[in-house]
Order: sequence, then structure tokens, then C-alpha cells
Amino acid sequence: MALLEVKDLKVRVEEREILHGLTLTVNEGEIHAIMGPNGSGKSTLSHVIAGKPGYEVTDGQILFKGEDLLEMAPNERSAKGVFLAFQYPVEIPGVATMTFLRTALNAQRKARGESEYSTPDFLKKVREVSKSLNIPQDMLKRGVNVGFSGGEKKRNEVLQMALFEPSLCILDEMDSGLDIDALRIAADGVNALHSPKRAMVVITHYQRLLNYIVPDIVHVMSKGRVVKSGGKELALELEASGYAQFEDAA
Amino acid sequence: MPAVQETVERVKRIDVDQYRYGFETLIESDKAPKGLSEETVKFISEKKNEPAWMLQWRLEAYRRWLTMTEPTWARVDYPKIDFQDLYYYSAPKPKKTISSLDEIDPEILKTYEKLGIPLREVAMLEGVEPKPGEQDPNRRKIAVDAVFDSVSVATTFKAELKKAGVIFMPISEAIREHPELVQKYLGSVVPTSDNFYATLNSAVFSDGSFVYVPPGVRCPMELSTYFRINERNTGQFERTLIIADKGSYVSYLEGCTAPQRDENQLHAAVVELVTHDDAEIKYSTVQNWYPGNSEGKGGIYNFVTKRGDCRGDRSKISWTQVETGSAITWKYPSCILRGDNSSGEFYSIAISNGYQQVDSGTKMIHLGKNTSSRIISKGIAAGKSQNTYRGLVTAHRKATGARNFTACDSLLIGDKCGAHTVPYIEAKNSSATFEHEATTSKISEDVLFYCIQRGLTQEEAVGLVVNGFVKDVLQQLPMEFAVEAQKLISISLEGSVG
Repeated sequence: MALLEVKDLKVRVEEREILHGLTLTVNEGEIHAIMGPNGSGKSTLSHVIAGKPGYEVTDGQILFKGEDLLEMAPNERSAKGVFLAFQYPVEIPGVATMTFLRTALNAQRKARGESEYSTPDFLKKVREVSKSLNIPQDMLKRGVNVGFSGGEKKRNEVLQMALFEPSLCILDEMDSGLDIDALRIAADGVNALHSPKRAMVVITHYQRLLNYIVPDIVHVMSKGRVVKSGGKELALELEASGYAQFEDAA
Repeated sequence: MPAVQETVERVKRIDVDQYRYGFETLIESDKAPKGLSEETVKFISEKKNEPAWMLQWRLEAYRRWLTMTEPTWARVDYPKIDFQDLYYYSAPKPKKTISSLDEIDPEILKTYEKLGIPLREVAMLEGVEPKPGEQDPNRRKIAVDAVFDSVSVATTFKAELKKAGVIFMPISEAIREHPELVQKYLGSVVPTSDNFYATLNSAVFSDGSFVYVPPGVRCPMELSTYFRINERNTGQFERTLIIADKGSYVSYLEGCTAPQRDENQLHAAVVELVTHDDAEIKYSTVQNWYPGNSEGKGGIYNFVTKRGDCRGDRSKISWTQVETGSAITWKYPSCILRGDNSSGEFYSIAISNGYQQVDSGTKMIHLGKNTSSRIISKGIAAGKSQNTYRGLVTAHRKATGARNFTACDSLLIGDKCGAHTVPYIEAKNSSATFEHEATTSKISEDVLFYCIQRGLTQEEAVGLVVNGFVKDVLQQLPMEFAVEAQKLISISLEGSVG
């Protein structure tokens, strides 16, 4: 059984159809890249999978581990193992990162019927994970993303990914706003989390991210559909010839 | 449904059943005849066995009150109050004179038990005092004075406080036992002519707490008063007077609840604080009067005058308030910075929901040299409520080197509520430094969705964001109440937690 199956998905935002019948299958352990120009519907797809309000699914379905994802509340999807790394992680003033991590992790565990972490156990775990990702303890004491640099924000996303251990990670334009060093650090974190049980869907404009996170399969999106899929060489081809050739295909 | 929309729906549904303290206690009570007249004032004074000077003081206030009119400048809207249609005194009818807690009507004790306020010292000692060898800083002794309708029913830890020289007793007792202190300080911060509600209070107040901390004494425990309005159609007019003599320190907390009723109940309290040289008073309030139901019916009208006088040099007064209840709140805890190098602080969280109306803030009046003040106000408006911060910062022409920092932040939940900031700033001295910052924001859908994507429910997400928003102020509360206040904030804003 595929981990994620998106079948003929049609999505509207305020009466305008953005996705016109999108199909995508992701298996455990695979890394998929979704590429495409602005407005092709890449971010919409990631938002609909995560359950962001404001999108209306008019047709098609999304199955996650064989279950109907669209029937689940966004926090239920999270507890089931869907993780969205945001393009622009939000700031939450006054809420220490550590507090946020514990609240979220325990909420997910509770939803799965697992016992909540005690404070010492949680601290131990978060220290281990942040150490393995080279994240300074000081960052955990600050308000969630408040005053973080672009690189720190993305590393905070990677830290959460490591801590929550989701089976599907969607990385929405992870490279935006990052310089090359920050990009490498964030990508190293993502690579460290790759496992045979965990799939990654990497959404990006540019091929450069894929130098660091090497995909198994590349999909090209245009005008709300996947117009071409192929191996990692497809990304290089795109880099050379641009998206224009696919505009007509859609 | 968009996340914020959903929150708005939830918030709308918040109703009387959210109010945990809405029960009524059936006890026999002793009431003054309805309405207000010189006779009512005399009745109250007589009930309290007051000396003649006290009655005189009350009558002067009453005569003054007759010449005054209700203030209308606040941003609150309510039907005219018929002051003749109220009872001004109601006391639980004692079977006999009470000399110990055991003789208090068990119904009243039960009420306080339901509120989670332990009055019995034994229980307090068992529950609160750390075991030998065990140091838990979260668990400290707290002396409690409980005011039920108009009368103080019990004060705990009196003996232990007496050893330290601290006087903590109902003000009605203080009038009889420490007349020299009461006469010297009562009305010295909030004069009987101060404002309509304070003058009314001066005429008819029936009880409240009195605290005197002698020179050099650090009060060995937190002092606390719990106010409960029970009786129907009764106004509650308590009077609190706290004096910190030279070099002393006291931390005081008041909590307030009331049963849920269809009609509005009036609460007009006066609190006066005095600090002498190098003394400090920390005054915290967790106000959770009944706010009315989801249609805006019922709830407490809370018209309160609170003022502290930093009379001595280097003295300090700090107000912290968490306001979640009342249909109408009209309240401006203030500091008169009279002593040189004195300082005043005001930390406030005001939450309004449903049809609640809040007009609250502070006044920092800089008179002495090198005085400083700090105002941190967090207003949160949800439902169809209106939440106004109104503040005055003023420097007298002799107040050289006066400094103030003000930060007013408002958070809106939904699109049917309002947040307003009305700051008044007057500097009559060119060396004054006043800073004012204000922000208004809405809980954004993006922030909520981020939290929800990480596994939190809608309500947990709102609670987390709001608690982050008010964190600076929560930190000012004594630790054991900060946890309580945090829960209260979540309850006030959530639909399902009860």
C-alpha cells in the first residue's frame, strides 16, 4: 500500500479552481521533488494535504496509509504522521520553543493514545535530538521563531520533524530566504532524517535544493496538474531549459 | 470553516455553563432595608458597632454623594442603575457570636470549599506547608480573609501574623481595635469626595480587609482576600486599606466570584494602599465576577477605585491584575508617586468575551523627584466585547527626572469585538522621559494553523497563543496564582474546557 495517494484532486480557492485533477503516489522511504513555476499549485497541494482552512476540495481523494485524509481534522493528520515544514514558519511571541515542542509532542501522543512525556523524559529527548542536529540549547529557550534568522527558522522546522517522527514530511519551498550555507545545514538535517519508513515530498522552484536533497522522483507541475514525472535528471533538464516547455503541455 | 471563524463560533457559544462559580448558597441573612438613606448608613454603622467618628465620616460621604452624578466618560454602556432598588447591607445571619472557624455556618464554609479556597488553617497547614526537609517553593502559606456578601466571615493565620507584628483583620474590626491607624489612613488616598462610586462606598461600605505591616517587617506569608457576592439585589461595597510602614514589604492577593443571576449586581469597592520610606506593596487581583450569559444578560457591574500612595522615599507599589469577569469593568488602579525615587508598576491582563465591556487602565502621578513607573497592559477582546485601555501618566512641575514606560498591547479574536487605547500623557517638567508603545493585533489564521498542524486542537492553539501574549504580566503574579490565572484565561476563551 502506498503511503500517500492523491487521486484526481480538484481544489478551489474562493470559486477559482487551482488544482484540476492532480494525481500523485508516494511510497515509504521515497523522496519526491515537486517543481513548477509560481502559481502552478505546488503550495496549494501541500496545504490541502495538511488540511489548511480556506481550500475547497471539489473532487478526488487523498489516502494516507489507506485512510481518507480529507475526513480528518488537521491536528488528527498531524498525529497520524503528516508533517508540513512551512515556507514561512510563524512567530509565536511569549511561547518558549521548548514549551511549544512539548505541548505539540504531547498533544500528538495523546491523540494516538500514547502516554505523555514527563518533563525530565522530554528534556532528555529534546536535548538528544537537538544535539544530533547541532541546534544550540539557547534557541529552545527563545520564543517560537521570534527573532530567528531565516536559517534558524528552517532548522527549527527540521528539529520538530526529528522530534515528532512523522512518516510523511512535506517541505514547502524550504530553500526560500536561505543563503547557501544555511541551505546546506537545513538540507543536512533533512537528509539525516531520511529513513526507509519515512517519505519526503520536497516542493521547490529551483534545482539547487536538489543538489543537497537528492530525489528519487521528480514531478513537474504546471497549471494545477502534474505534467511530467521522471528521475532526478529531470530536475537538471528543467534547470537548463526552464518551465516554458511545460506551459503548453498543461 | 476557516480557523478563526471556528474560534469565533466557539467563543460565541460560551455561556453561563462556562462559569464554574455560578452557584448560590442558601443561608439566612440579615439585610438592611432596601434603598439608600441616612437611615441605611446609620443601620450599617450600628450593625458594625462603630464609634461615632466613623458614623460621622460615613454620613458626610453620604451627603456628598447626594450632590454627585454618575461619571459617563468611560466607554461602557448600561441601563441607569436605580440606587434605591438595592440592598446595601447583607450579612450571613450568625447563630451566635463567632469566635472560631468551627462556628461559621457550614454552608459558607462549603461555598469556599467549592471555590477551592481553604479557610481551615489545619487544612491549610496540611495542604500547603512543605514537609520537614522538603523545600517546595511553590507551596507557601497563605493567610486568607473571606468576605461573604458584606461581611468578613473568617480570617486565617491571625495568630501567626500577630507574632510578626502584622495586623490582618476585617476592616470592621480594625475600626474598633485600631482606631488610631484607621482614622489616620482611611480616606487619605481616596478621599470621600473622590468620585461617585468611591463616595458611595465611603457611605455604605460594610467590610473588607485591613493590613498594617510595622517598620522593617517583611510579611511572612502571602495575604489574600476572597470576595463572594451571594445575596440577590445586593451591592457589595468592600473597603480595603493596606499600610506598609518604613522598610516593610507585603504581597496581597484578592480573588472575586459571584453566583450567576439574570439581574445585574453592583460592586463598588475602594482599595487604598500606603507605603512609607523604603516600603513595598505588591497587590494582585484575580477578578472573575460573573460576566453575564452569552446574550449579555446578568453579570456584575464592577466600579472600583484603587489607588496607592507612595508616600515615602524609595517606596514602591505594584499592581497586577487579571480581569476576566464582570459585565462591566470600570477600574483604574493608580499610583501617586509622592516620595522621591519612588516607583509604581501596573501589570494588567483584561479579557473580555460575550458582551462584556471593559474600561480599565491606570494613573501614574509623578510628584516626587526621580520617580519611575512602568505600565504593561494586555487586553484581549473576543465575542462581541469592547475592551478599552485608559491610562494617565503625568509629571508635576517639580517632578524632575520622572520616567515612565508604557506598553499597551491588544489582541482581537474574531471580528465583532473592539479594542481601544486611550492614553493621556501630561509632562509639566521638561526633564521627564515618557515612552509609550501600543500594538493591536488579531490572532492570525496562519499562527493557529501552524500550531494545529503540529498536533494542537483549535482551542489548545488559541490558549497557547494567548498565554504567550500575556506572559510578561503572568510572570508578575505570585507563582501559585499564576498557574490559576493561566487556567482561568483558557477557560474564559475556550468553548469546551470547564
